[in-house]
This record gives sequence, C-alpha cells and structure tokens, in this order.
Amino acid sequence: MKILVPVKRVVDYNVKVRVKSDQTGMETANVKMSANPFDEIAIEEAVRLREAGIATEVIAISCGVTACQETLRTALAIGADRAILVETDAELQPLAVAKILKAIADKEGPGLIIAGKQAIDDDSNQTGQMTAALLGWPQATFASKVTIADGKAQVTREVDGGLETLSINLPAVITTDLRLNEPRYATLPNIMKAKKKPFEIIKVADLGVDITPRLKTIKVSEPPKRTAGVMVPDVATLVAKLRSEAKVI
Amino acid sequence: MSILVLAEHDNNSIKPATLKAVAAAAQCGGDVHVVVIGSNCGGAADAAAAISGVAKVLVADAAQFADELAENVAAQLVALAGAYTHLLAPATASGKNIMPRVAALLDVQQISEITSIESPDTFVRPIYAGNGMATVQSLDAKKVITVRIASFDPVAASGGTAAREAVTVVAGLGISSFVGRDLAKSDRPELTAAKVVVSGGRGMGSADNFKILEPLADKLGAALGASRAAVDSGFAPNDWQVGQTGKVVAPELYVAIGISGAIQHLAGMKDSKVIVAINKDADAPIFAVADYGLVGDLFQLVPELVGAL
Ligand SMILES: Cc1cc2nc3c(=O)[nH]c(=O)nc-3n(C[C@H](O)[C@H](O)[C@H](O)COP(=O)(O)OP(=O)(O)OC[C@H]3O[C@@H](n4cnc5c(N)ncnc54)[C@H](O)[C@@H]3O)c2cc1C
Ligand SMILES: Nc1ncnc2c1ncn2[C@@H]1O[C@H](COP(=O)(O)O)[C@@H](O)[C@H]1O
Repeated sequence: MKILVPVKRVVDYNVKVRVKSDQTGMETANVKMSANPFDEIAIEEAVRLREAGIATEVIAISCGVTACQETLRTALAIGADRAILVETDAELQPLAVAKILKAIADKEGPGLIIAGKQAIDDDSNQTGQMTAALLGWPQATFASKVTIADGKAQVTREVDGGLETLSINLPAVITTDLRLNEPRYATLPNIMKAKKKPFEIIKVADLGVDITPRLKTIKVSEPPKRTAGVMVPDVATLVAKLRSEAKVI
Repeated sequence: MSILVLAEHDNNSIKPATLKAVAAAAQCGGDVHVVVIGSNCGGAADAAAAISGVAKVLVADAAQFADELAENVAAQLVALAGAYTHLLAPATASGKNIMPRVAALLDVQQISEITSIESPDTFVRPIYAGNGMATVQSLDAKKVITVRIASFDPVAASGGTAAREAVTVVAGLGISSFVGRDLAKSDRPELTAAKVVVSGGRGMGSADNFKILEPLADKLGAALGASRAAVDSGFAPNDWQVGQTGKVVAPELYVAIGISGAIQHLAGMKDSKVIVAINKDADAPIFAVADYGLVGDLFQLVPELVGAL
C-alpha cells in the first residue's frame, strides 16, 4: 500500500506574523518557513506504517511555489520515500488543493492519504475532508491513534467531549491531530540521504484541474488589540478588583 | 433566500452551539431552516422546532445517521442543499468534520470559522492564529460556512413554533462504521459556553496537581481548560485544549494558571472579557494580554485564592 502525505509550506509556528500596512494580507516576506506541524505528524505516521510493514511507499506531496521543494526535503529527511511538487505561483485554496490531490491519487492509487488537520496559516481545516469527498472515500479526521488491519483503518479521533473510534474502509483519508505521534528529528545522515531520493515536479496546468480561487480577500485587518492591565501584589487585591472593578465575580 | 443550519444534537436535545449558528444564519438574511439528521431523533427535532426564529425544521431520521458518520450526514445534507443559498454549521469538532465534505461535493469553497457577517456573501474570519482578520467575499453561488461559536450570541432555545418536515432519506454509503466512544462526564459547564474558564498549563506539573484547580472552578462555577502542553503531558483530557488548534473561548472571566501565553494559546482565549494570569515568571507573555496579573508560585496562590472567594 502506498501512502500519500500532503505537506504544506507555511510560516514557522514560532513566528509572530503581522498584518501588512496596506491590509492586503500578512507580512510573510523574509520570515522563516517550515512544514506545517500537523503534516510532519502525518509524515511520521506514514513512515511508521511503512516501518511496520503495512505500507510499502510514502509519497510526500506539496502544492505551491518552487520553494516548497525545501518543505518536501524535510519530509524526505523524516523518512518519506519520494516527493512530488505540484508547482504553481497561483493562490491555492483548500478546494483547489483537494482537486490536485484527487488528480494525483487517481494516478498513484494510494491506499491511504494522511493529511494534517489544519494548516496553521489559513486555519481552514478543510483539505483532507474535501479530498475524501472528491474521491468518494471515507474520512477520519483529528486522529490520535491509527491501526490498519484487514483492509480497514481503525481510527481514534479527538472530538468534543473526549474520543471516538471509527472503522473506515481503505482507501481512505485520515487527518492528524497533535497527539497522534511525536515526529522524529531529521538526522544529518537522513538529510543527506533525502537529497538522493526521487523528486518529481509537475506543473499544475498539466493536471487539468480548475484551481481558480473562490474566495476573494477584500482586506486583512489587525485583530482588536489587547493591552496589558495591571499587576496585583496579592490574592486579596486580585479578588477585590475582580469584584469591584471588573465585576466578574 | 433560505438558509439551512445543520443542527448539532444527541438525538434527544440540541447542543447550544446550534443556537449560535442559527444566530449567524439570521444575520445572513432570509428564512432560517434547521435540519436534524439523526436516528430516533424526535426529541432533537422537537427542540429544534422550538428555537426562536426558525421557520422550518427538516428531519432525516434513519439508522445510518446514528453516529454522525461524516460520509452519511454529508450525503444527506448535499441532497437537501438545492433549495438553499447558505448552509451553516457551528465550527465544533462535528461541524468541522462534516461541512468541508459537503462543500467539496457541491464544488464550493467553504468559509471556515466566520466571526462576523458583512453581507450575504462577505464574511470575516481569523487567519494565522487570529493574528489577522480576513474579510473574504465568496464567489460561489452557494455558501458553505462554519461559525465560530465564541463570536455569536445564541438565539433563544424556546419561543419558536417551526413546522416540521420529514425529508427523503439518503441511503448510507456503507464505507465507515462507528466503533466506540469515550466521553468524559462532567457536571461543569461546557467549555465553550461557560461564563468563567479556569485553565492550567505545564506549570501545573502533573495530573494530580491539576486537581487543585477543581475547588477554584467550583467556587467560580467555571469550566476547566488547559494548554496544549498540559494536554500533551497527560494532565488534562484532549478536549480541554484551548487555542488555535483546540477550542476557542470568550468567557466573562478567563483565569490562566501556569500558562506562558504562546501565540497558539492566546488564539483561543484573547477575546475573553477579563483575563487573569497567575505565573511565577514576571516576563511570561501571558501578562501582556492579562487584565490582572499575579506573579508567584501557583501552588501557594491557587489555594489562597480559593480561600478568599
Ligand atoms: C501546530 C501547533 C498547534 C498548537 N496549538 C495549541 C493550542 O491550540 N493551544 C495551546 O495552548 N498551545 C498550542 N500549541 C503549543 C504552544 O506553542 C505552546 O507550546 C503551549 O501553549 C505551551 O503551554 P504552556 O504555556 O502550558 O507551557 P509552557 O510554555 O512551558 O509554560 C509553562 C508556564 O508555567 C509557569 N510555571 C511553572 N511552574 C509554575 C509555578 N509553580 N507557579 C506559577 N507558574 C509556574 C512558567 O513560568 C511558564 O510560563 C501549538 C503548537 C503547535 C506547533
Ligand atoms: N498547498 C498545499 N500543499 C500540500 N498540502 C496541503 C496544501 N494545503 C493544504 N494541504 C494539506 O491539507 C491540510 C489541511 O489544510 P487546510 O485545509 O488548509 O487547513 C494540511 O495540513 C496539509 O496536509
């Protein structure tokens, strides 16, 4: 079984990004970029399934600009076997990414797609579910545990109120939550090895999918600013202020 | 123009998040209908019909909808979508699971977690952990939307007298099945609906120590929350996580204890009305958003606070 893992290049989670002064978007020039953290978890899970003999090949795929090659190298260094860059300079929204992933899945025939639950830039939380829908496959989102047996995946999901477990037929789409695993660090020898792994670049135009954005960003503005209040010296003062000043207790 | 809201329910009653989605739907303009997709869900349908401002309740009652499997629920919703300009659901774990599937089947780009409505096709939603608020216009004929529940006031759960209509049920896809559920029972208010939230972080040190927050939550009538670090360390259950990738809360009072204030955590609580932070590090970033900060050892301050309330 092949596993396809979509990996998005995003602003590193440690960077505090700001709104551009002309309100056209976020200031992302010259900031550190990384693989979306949920996607590293997805790669790790796929690699573990290969190491366990359940998967035969892990294919990392990124859609976007040339620099996504860097992101894919990270995925290869964690242990993906091969990488595909679907290259475009155009803005890609989740529906467009899902269409690209469907086109690649039709070609590669994976038994499983493991995506992140959410990209930490657009915070959409859509692509995995959309890809499953377009392929007519079942889905198990927000996974914290995955077991594969007898052509099915048993997946424990993080839901409101606790956990739930589903059994889904393969092929399927799974999206990762934070507690699925802790991705390994890419070691130097593995980073070196990653450079020799197969790397394919496909032009998005060659896939024949419609990637036209459906959402037009009118503007991006600053969220309401919160300013620091006061430091209180002790518990008594805190309680007094909560009672008489803030009136919340 | 008619708008359809997917009810979140347990077959017997409607979850409060639905009331917020209905509030958002009303702001889109037009008739608001609610659909209850479930199994033996008459109780939930009754509750939906009583929601203030709802014109009609559609009911799809069948065994394949017993456990909210996304494949089956989405197929049913898609079959009903034709008559509606907008399809809305609360941005809960359930809404986030189902709605993108619906959107893709309709060839629509979903608008996730809207926090306000500018016009029937233009919405505001947070991006980059809430560091930017994007105003986006949907170019799709139909809008598929999830609603950030912390951003809308609920409509009244009673007072409505909506007509009910049983709809033609769509067969289950048979590609997924429900195995089990492990849900925590709690007498505390629900995290996203609570007026007061007490959250603990890595500073709590252990699951046992985390329990010192219980008497505090009791005194304040609060829900308990946690940072990701506290959840990852096993101090608190997963669904207590507040933040960019957990729950978003906006209570009257949020008390952050032993939480440093990472961007991802702030994303889930910075719209709270009053924020109190207790941390031994005077430079912790949480103090930059706190209305009242108290520097010191939480193991001393929390019991003291319980005593003073
Ligand atoms: C993709 C991604 C998604 C994430 N999503 C979320 C999310 O949704 N929610 C979230 O919370 N985080 C999230 N995070 C994690 C986030 O970046 C931080 O790591 C996390 O919030 C830190 O939790 P913390 O403040 O409890 O721990 P720490 O940062 O370790 O802070 C612990 C604090 O406790 C204080 N302390 C320790 N002992 C005491 C004591 N005895 N008395 C008083 N104070 C004490 C310390 O001074 C310190 O400030 C995410 C990260 C990533 C990469
Ligand atoms: N441009 C992209 N390239 C590769 N994978 C992507 C891309 N956009 C989204 N994804 C995948 O979809 C997941 C969810 O993204 P989103 O729906 O945008 O929140 C991510 O964690 C990735 O696994």
